[in-house]
Amino acid sequence: MERGAVRLSSACAQDCRTVRRIAAALASSCGLAFAVAAAASPIVVRDDLQHEITLPRSPQRIISLLPGLTETVCALGECGRLVATDRYSNWPESVKALPKTGGLEDPLIEAIVRLHPDLVLLSSSQRITARLRELGIESFALDTQTYAQVGHMIMVIGTILDLRERAVALNRRIDGEVQTIGREVIARRRGPAPSVYFEVDPGPYSAGPESFIGELIRRLGARNIVQAGMGLFPKLNPEYVVRQNPDVIFVLSADAAHLADRPGWGEIRAVREKRICSFAQEIRDTIVHGGPRIADGMRAMADCLARVSP
Amino acid sequence: MSATPPFAVDLGTRSRAALANHRLLVWVLCCVAIALLLAFGSLVVGTSSVGTSLGWLLKPDADSSVVLWQIRLPRTLGAWLAGALLGLAGGIAQGVFRNPLAEPYLLGTASGAALGVTLSLIAADASFEGLGWAVRLGVTGAACVGAAGATLLTVSLTRGILETRSLLLSGIVVAFLLGSITQLLVLSRPEIWRTMQSFLLGSTGFLSWSSTELLGAALCISIVPAVLLARGLDALTLGEDTAQSLGLSLPLLRLTLLGIVSLASATAVGQVGVVGFVGLIAPHIVRETLSVNHRQLLIGAPLCGGALLQAADLLSRWVIRPSELPVGAVTACVGGSYLIFLLWRRSRRG
Repeated sequence: MERGAVRLSSACAQDCRTVRRIAAALASSCGLAFAVAAAASPIVVRDDLQHEITLPRSPQRIISLLPGLTETVCALGECGRLVATDRYSNWPESVKALPKTGGLEDPLIEAIVRLHPDLVLLSSSQRITARLRELGIESFALDTQTYAQVGHMIMVIGTILDLRERAVALNRRIDGEVQTIGREVIARRRGPAPSVYFEVDPGPYSAGPESFIGELIRRLGARNIVQAGMGLFPKLNPEYVVRQNPDVIFVLSADAAHLADRPGWGEIRAVREKRICSFAQEIRDTIVHGGPRIADGMRAMADCLARVSP
Repeated sequence: MSATPPFAVDLGTRSRAALANHRLLVWVLCCVAIALLLAFGSLVVGTSSVGTSLGWLLKPDADSSVVLWQIRLPRTLGAWLAGALLGLAGGIAQGVFRNPLAEPYLLGTASGAALGVTLSLIAADASFEGLGWAVRLGVTGAACVGAAGATLLTVSLTRGILETRSLLLSGIVVAFLLGSITQLLVLSRPEIWRTMQSFLLGSTGFLSWSSTELLGAALCISIVPAVLLARGLDALTLGEDTAQSLGLSLPLLRLTLLGIVSLASATAVGQVGVVGFVGLIAPHIVRETLSVNHRQLLIGAPLCGGALLQAADLLSRWVIRPSELPVGAVTACVGGSYLIFLLWRRSRRG
């Protein structure tokens, strides 16, 4: 814990803002860890709905209703504790064989009850939380929209699984890779920083600078065409993208072929000069799931950026 | 049931009224039987199997009893009650506007309720504490205020509620306006998007005992005055002038009935979300199978609406089991097909 904080502080010169956020997340997790240590065995944690839960012991039967959370449990080496996931969780391969309990909008409450989970991991969705609590099932809500939240989520799940050391190591590895990839990309780059448009969904929804995807774009030394204050994952006016005229577009491969067909989009520099990073669904999932694989996703973004940059 | 209603004063119609009451009794018993059958089916069909025989009823293991008594029973009862409320609201709305296509959605009532739900979710988001009744009452209360506000807005836009067509038109305008405000709010607060989505899809999956109690209370509160006021609706059928010449206070009658429509549809929207077509179809089925006055319609439509939503709920769980369809999609599909059938038959006859 201590060493992690020191390492993070030494990195501060390079990347102060984010590190401060991560350090804050780690520090709060440290506080949490000490509180837990003082209380001996029961695990007391507070979720993102400000709901405090007390677990008599680390849960052995977990249902995850969000891919990023599923991936975190598995990345911490405890895939075996998962008894079911939502229908969108698809990594690692082994979770595909687990029972599926719907999605966050339409969970199969009955199937969840049948599986006797000790804990249901989900993102803030009051209706499910309320219904599950009535049925005597603990649930725990975690948001994973910013880079700091992803780090915090990994630490909290580590605390719940009683694997804080592993969570610290995982966070350190992710953050280390993210910094290394960023440094490499920036060192290799000749010419000015490219402006990029990251398409989360052909709505078109994009990722704001405050979101974890925005943070990855910033670490890649690129300029996000979405400005601060426009929201975490804002729905853009397609005209805005044309006006911003990005140098590079990140998009799902299924949508890449039709970019030029959108009105006015044929004139965008990235489309005209074919500087388009299209990702297959599996690669895109590593980025947008907002879990422990964001460094892998960033690597794919960096490789493509190096390939297509002017 | 077999007693002659007080308004059947003409001695010549006495035996006919008795016959009609007899038919209503048989009809009600049929509806109850269908509802019980559906309830039984609903208890047996689900994500997980509780056993193929009746063994679970005699000797349920701990697991099956939770599934049966805490999930499937409140769900099937709640679906019936919500359907009954929607059927009642539809029956009243069609009587008040003398238009067979009127229903809570056309008056902007349901849109107002959905807006109320959205606002209460945004308010509750910051400090989410307390559960069950408090939150449910909060959501339902907000939905009721929204529904009543929307209905009043619709009524005030028409400068009084005497002109039926302009009332329907302003109802549609209000529905669009409030619907777009809801969408804007959901867009600006992505954190309530998932919860709102489950409301807008219409879902019986979240029904618990506390929501069932709330739905039951709302049905009791709304059906009694509605049936007592049914005579006024009969008079209204003969025309506004006739109704007024019979000494009825039309504005008061309509306001009271629209209040009941607001309460009934808001409670249903607050618990199962936006479920379309039940309020439209249930009174139609009653009129198709019974030649009725409004007292019978307002007893029949809830029974029929309840069975309809129960059937839709059962279907939504059965079609792609072990997964589920949103029940709103099922009612829209079944109800829409029924409406097309009605239109087709009318055009063939015409």
